[in-house]
Amino acid sequence: MKMDIAVTVNGRKYQEIVEPRLLLSDFLRETLGLTGTHVGCEHGICGACTVLVNGDSVRSCLTLAVRANGAEITTVEGLGTPEALNELQHQFREKHGLQCGFCTPGMLITGMDLLKKYPLASDAEIREGLSGNLCRCTGYQNIVAAIRAVVDQQDGNAS
Amino acid sequence: MKPAAFDYVAPRDLKSAIDALVGAGGDGKVMAGGQSLTPLLNFRMARPSLIVDLLRIPGLSFIELRENTVVIGALTRHADLEFSDVIAAHLPVMAAAMPHVAHLAIRNRGTIGGSLSHADPAAELPMLAVFYGATIKVEGPAGRREIPAEEFFVSALSNCLEPEEIVFEIEFPVLTSHTGWAFEEVARRFGDFALGCIAVSLELTDNTVSDARVAVMGVDDTPRRLREAEEILRGAEGGARTALRFAQIVRASVSPADDIHVSSDYRRNLIGALAERAFNTAFARAVGAKP
Repeated sequence: MKMDIAVTVNGRKYQEIVEPRLLLSDFLRETLGLTGTHVGCEHGICGACTVLVNGDSVRSCLTLAVRANGAEITTVEGLGTPEALNELQHQFREKHGLQCGFCTPGMLITGMDLLKKYPLASDAEIREGLSGNLCRCTGYQNIVAAIRAVVDQQDGNAS
Repeated sequence: MKPAAFDYVAPRDLKSAIDALVGAGGDGKVMAGGQSLTPLLNFRMARPSLIVDLLRIPGLSFIELRENTVVIGALTRHADLEFSDVIAAHLPVMAAAMPHVAHLAIRNRGTIGGSLSHADPAAELPMLAVFYGATIKVEGPAGRREIPAEEFFVSALSNCLEPEEIVFEIEFPVLTSHTGWAFEEVARRFGDFALGCIAVSLELTDNTVSDARVAVMGVDDTPRRLREAEEILRGAEGGARTALRFAQIVRASVSPADDIHVSSDYRRNLIGALAERAFNTAFARAVGAKP
């Protein structure tokens, strides 16, 4: 069985024919060639494949590509460019929030959703928010610090 | 770690979804948020010939206050419950529990109907349904029926749904007279499945408990109301003695199994400690003090 789907990824429209069993993670990487989205555990535990679907963070390995028909998707490629990083990416660089980089796309996308939905008043709240994303290098300290820096900056701008 | 091939339909109404399941002759599977089913597909532990996706059926995602109940559509996502003002105002135990349901990315997709249908014994929504005495409304080839939550869950990952029945909404009674409540959970990692979890709510008359409601999960094959524990709270006053006696009854009422995470004894002791804490918090809330 094959199905037509139309999705917008990072502002660009795609129309593809896919099998219903194709995961959104594989659709992004294999069909569209957007390899910024990483695939770790493939059963929703590690968070590396997290992308934004209509603005909400979602595990792309737990989403069938056909379910994204008509949706707007943002992957790590859509956050910023190497020349113009977005603020969260910039703070990941400033605070040394990554080492090997495997978990980073998922951390960034999760971070974007956390910043949008929660006050993140305490570091404990940031840690709870990141509990669904595994990192085996950093010990998380610098990832928390990077998100903290963005929160502080937003609070500074607001007051 | 890729699903085996299956056919896929995304019907526009419940009747067509049921017809598609009947047509699949027992080999069809309903997908709601897909957060429990997709891992099973990826592992090929589930190999249905047909996926019936409810995603495109309109009108199944809502949270409505109707008299003394909150009615929730089956496709309502966990994140919708987490951020709902109606839930915060009328089902405070649910509001407190929602951040513990998996992680944000899962809550953005997972649905209440899906969680109840999956019936994980360590999941929050089945336990909340049992705690509140919710009514689970389902539709199948023979029509609609209403199932009390306590009769819905049969054993671990198993409920009384017929293969072609679909949950379409859930009705939660508002416990208006219960002014004190608490929700306590411990998991290995915040958002993981619970090692032990308890919900308590209390009604006080003259600083004495006049009504109580207690439910636990993670410590048996299904979430459970603990009526014996509720009974010993009726007529009791606040304080350490009541809390300890309550914890003792809760510990004695459950029969957790050993598993790869922790031993049976650990879970039993944990639920006792959480019970003590939950009673004290609920009582403090009921007398109007900050816990």
